[in-house]
Amino acid sequence: MTETQPANHPDNSLDLESIDVVKRFGAFTAVDGVTFSAPRGSFFSILGPSGCGKTTLLRMIAGFQSPDSGDIRIKGRSVLGVSPNRRNVNMIFQHLALFPMMSVSENVAYGLQCRGVPKAGIGPKVAAALARVDLPDAGPKRIDQLSGGQKQRIAIARCLVLEPDLLLLDEPLGALDLKLREHMKVELKQLQQKIGTTFVYITHDQSEALVMSDQVAVMNNGRFEQIGTPQELYYQPLTAFVAGFVGDANRWHGRVETANGTGARVVTADGITLIGGFVGDALPAGAEVDVFVRPESVSLAREESGLESLDNRLSGRVENLLFNGANSTVLVRDDRTRGEIMVRLPQTAEFGNLAHDETVHLGWNAAQAKCFPAQAGGAS
Amino acid sequence: MNERKVGLRLGFYLLLAPLALWLTLLVLLPQIDMLMLSLRVKVGLRQYVTGPENYMEFFTEPLYWNTFLRTALMSVAATVATLIVAFPVAYYIAKVARGRSKGLLFVLCLIPFWVSELVRTFGWMILLRESGVVSNLLQWSGLSAGPVEMLYNDAAIMVGLVYASLLFMVVPLATTLDSLDDSLIEAGYDLGGNGYTVLRRVVVPHAMPGIVSGCIVVFMLTLGNYLTPTLLGGKHSLWFTEQIYNQFITRFNWEQGAAFGFLLLLLSSVMVWAGLKVSRQSLAGTLG
Repeated sequence: MTETQPANHPDNSLDLESIDVVKRFGAFTAVDGVTFSAPRGSFFSILGPSGCGKTTLLRMIAGFQSPDSGDIRIKGRSVLGVSPNRRNVNMIFQHLALFPMMSVSENVAYGLQCRGVPKAGIGPKVAAALARVDLPDAGPKRIDQLSGGQKQRIAIARCLVLEPDLLLLDEPLGALDLKLREHMKVELKQLQQKIGTTFVYITHDQSEALVMSDQVAVMNNGRFEQIGTPQELYYQPLTAFVAGFVGDANRWHGRVETANGTGARVVTADGITLIGGFVGDALPAGAEVDVFVRPESVSLAREESGLESLDNRLSGRVENLLFNGANSTVLVRDDRTRGEIMVRLPQTAEFGNLAHDETVHLGWNAAQAKCFPAQAGGAS
Repeated sequence: MNERKVGLRLGFYLLLAPLALWLTLLVLLPQIDMLMLSLRVKVGLRQYVTGPENYMEFFTEPLYWNTFLRTALMSVAATVATLIVAFPVAYYIAKVARGRSKGLLFVLCLIPFWVSELVRTFGWMILLRESGVVSNLLQWSGLSAGPVEMLYNDAAIMVGLVYASLLFMVVPLATTLDSLDDSLIEAGYDLGGNGYTVLRRVVVPHAMPGIVSGCIVVFMLTLGNYLTPTLLGGKHSLWFTEQIYNQFITRFNWEQGAAFGFLLLLLSSVMVWAGLKVSRQSLAGTLG
């Protein structure tokens, strides 16, 4: 289904382009100049906190809302003014929106009937679509007889049977319980690779976005903060928001004391001094900055002597041990500032017997402490 | 333990007593009395025998069953017309209006029903009669040379019946449409449906219980309506309830009137049952 009409358009490799799209509701700007493109066959996620405008953006792509300015192109053609039922784009709704008054096969056949596919052609297509989501026998069932995961797959089959240019997914895993959600993440990713349709997925759950996507756009207050692969977002965040939103991070707010071209000495309000590296342009002394350190970047030691080579060193007491198998963390309360620091527990027997209130030493290098210009309010 | 059980049982019967008394004394007994009355045939002065003659009269005298047929058909037509008028109103209230305007529109539908049906029907008479508002308006605008009588015909009856039934259709429709998830409508469009497809395949099937319960209520109300057909239709109305009234009051033939009453109950029940069968709905599903 990836081969389509001959290249009568120069940029045929892009399934979706959004060019400077703006949407306002009264005085509130929900989507503020968003530009991005999704290449054919990619899994593109838009990640952001609730209220960041991602649902509005998705609804504009689907055609339920129209942008105030900017352009949306699907397969190179502008779809402004094209109603949702005339766009070759289908959407998986947050609560799936399967039609409860129809059987499973009627649900899948609905779109084909709307298109005027002859009756004889509908049956085999529906059967093929159901087989593709591994539910070949579900056809005669009622919707309320399906489990959560099966409903999910029927919703996908109902869209895929129409062979859309673009499949939009509006947090479809949100309603599932944790175990099934983990399972569906993998399944969705595999399904997308198998069928090769471009997926545009919106979510507020960073792990969904990181696990499934080829490209992730982090959205905040109607704007895209950063677009990149999951690895880029995690290891090279470009803004304080991305650093705080994607993955866990310890965060300090402070003022630059001295700075050179690449790094700075930062003093926090609590009086601790941190040495970190700038991301992007260097900031002058006196500038307000946020410093982010990933929990796994922090080295943990019982003796201070082991950490002397590191640029930043702190000591504190173990406040809490959050055991979660390989993802266990230790919350350490800093002796001087009483601030809490999250540290990934190394997977060695050495720290298996870490006790509450035990004194530990922490350290990390300047390169692992990223300094960003402080953002006004912002989530962390 | 045992005493407590007895006490509980006594309490249950005491609580049940008002309802049981109400049903027996005010509903069941009069109905039984009516049934007995309808089966009584007058053979002479204060001489009666039991027999089905009163019922046979309905089938042998064409005027009676013709009147019934006319009433039933007009009622079906009025029900359909009410559905067609009420559906967009209910859809607007349930799906388009938001927040305060939703409640306001509901109240607007309700307000006319704070006034008695008699007064509302007189209102229509003021509008439609020869010297009424509409007639004067037509003459003033030059569309008509002389006064126009719009009362005392079937159209006037229809208008009055639809008006009187509107609320009973809007309420169940708005309630079921309100429970329709907006995303289902959007999914209907998203998958390529146009407005008509979405209405036919998503909205109407979902609203079916509301449509059927609204139709039953409106049909029964219309069939049993006396005031509106008599006032707006005049002597041409030929409404079946009018026949019952005539038997009781004008002709003082209570036996015949009672038989007609039971026939109305029976035949309308059969029609509702048939309607449920055709629409493949159950009474329990419709009310629940």
